[in-house]
Amino acid sequence: MMLVTAIVKPFALADVQAQLERLGVLGMTVSEAQGFGRQKGHTEIYRGAEYSVDLVPKVRIEVLVEDEHADRVVDAIVAGARTGRIGDGKIWTTRVETVVRVRTGERGPDAL
Amino acid sequence: MLASSALVLLMTPGLAFFYGGMVRSKSVLNMMMMSVSSLGLVGVLWVLYGYSVAFGNDVGGGLLGNPAQFAGLKGLFGGTYLATTGGPPVEIPLVGTIPATVFVAFQAMFAIITVALISGAAADRLRFGPWLVFAGLWATIVYFPVAHWVFSFDGVTSETGGWIANSLKAIDFAGGTAVHINAGAAALALCLVLGKRRGWPKEPMRPHNLTLVMLGAGLLWFGWFGFNAGSAVGSNGVAGLTFVNTLVATSAAMLAWLLVERLRDGKPTSLGAASGVVAGLVAITPSCSAVSPLGAIALGLIAGVVCALAVGLKYRLGFDDSLDVVGVHLVGGLVGTILVGFFATSSAPAGVDGLFYGGGLDQLWRQAVGGFAVLAFSFVVSLIIAFVVKAIFGLRVSPEAEVQGIDESEHAETGYDFAGLRGGGGLGTPRPDAATAAAAEHVPAGAGKES
Repeated sequence: MMLVTAIVKPFALADVQAQLERLGVLGMTVSEAQGFGRQKGHTEIYRGAEYSVDLVPKVRIEVLVEDEHADRVVDAIVAGARTGRIGDGKIWTTRVETVVRVRTGERGPDAL
Repeated sequence: MLASSALVLLMTPGLAFFYGGMVRSKSVLNMMMMSVSSLGLVGVLWVLYGYSVAFGNDVGGGLLGNPAQFAGLKGLFGGTYLATTGGPPVEIPLVGTIPATVFVAFQAMFAIITVALISGAAADRLRFGPWLVFAGLWATIVYFPVAHWVFSFDGVTSETGGWIANSLKAIDFAGGTAVHINAGAAALALCLVLGKRRGWPKEPMRPHNLTLVMLGAGLLWFGWFGFNAGSAVGSNGVAGLTFVNTLVATSAAMLAWLLVERLRDGKPTSLGAASGVVAGLVAITPSCSAVSPLGAIALGLIAGVVCALAVGLKYRLGFDDSLDVVGVHLVGGLVGTILVGFFATSSAPAGVDGLFYGGGLDQLWRQAVGGFAVLAFSFVVSLIIAFVVKAIFGLRVSPEAEVQGIDESEHAETGYDFAGLRGGGGLGTPRPDAATAAAAEHVPAGAGKES
């Protein structure tokens, strides 16, 4: 099994979710995140004093899938999140040893 | 006058919001508590002896009222109510045309807000106990006497009053010197003794809630109508003009501050609008009875520009006046007080012509002497008080407490619980009973089986 983790622009969340649902993905986890990459932060000014805000707000999306679906999930996220401008984000996959469904105790692909 | 007094009282909670929004969220409660505690502390001191020091008979040189004369408001209350129930008739002591107790209440609010104003310089790092000690000593040694200098006119509350009001005859209608220059100079002294916040000015310390700042600015403006128009001590033409001047000078100062920001920084900001409002209010305070509405606009514009530039001084000179009490109140108070010497017109109730209206330099030097006398006295005595409190009690919270947030270390409270992690169904939410019971009985179906 694979964990697909994507860091994308917050406004891309709805499109990414729509793409994943079209693909038949059964669940995902979303959290708010902050970070920096090539996209620079911005400057704020309070009573003439400048503050640089260099951590940019992002959304982290996590999806657990079977190995053979990972590439299509990644493609779907790209399709939903790409604007072509700097700061669109990153996606990576990690191998996952075990998944357990808490309600039933099922393990492995059955738990997805 | 009762309504005006209540309006001025509202300025102090308003100030708490104004200041509270400007600090980081970890110290919002302490910031608000410094203002609110002034309502408690100074309210009591005022009745015990403060009013008497400010408005009792002068004990010499116009410097101090007799603290024993009205201690505990002795001889200031009474009324005809007792007479109707068969007791002996009691005369109501008056100040002008209003009961003395009403005047006492009105002036109490001024003492309270002045002490609260100082706290803006001490954000994030001043222990609460020593703040109270400082505030009590400062009110006693600095504010009460200076209120006597400025507000105590001969023959009004007592036979002899203070030197600025009666000998110097500087015009300070509602407290540009006694309130704003006074608090601003004290704030400068306190923040110098207290030292900079950790990380200032390198670390960003941006305001955590500008909507609170806007709310506070609104409450301050609202209350300020009581502050200025109420200082007419009557429902009359003076109150009308001071009301209008308080409106229009403040409006002009806000526009001026925003214009400075637009030209200097590129964007007009909401903090700038709120700050411009306060700068305008401060500047029109001493002058609202002495200038025409057009003069008030000019005065407001100048105050807005000067204060918008003055708040940058602390970075150049390296003193951490956290919320710009110096840049707004000391500078704004000086601007308002000095400009009376230029913009005063004898067609206004104060009846004096300034330099621009053919009155020459006479009023200008009176204004300057009054303003700088209060500045010097307040700064020096505040320095001494701050050093004494520092030596006996210490002023600052520990470095760890300062980093973690003074709200937790001094008050054992947190300002906000918005995060989903702590409230509203997130982490820490108790289990509903049914789920608890089910969880207790539940045995995972595939327990122990590897897939």
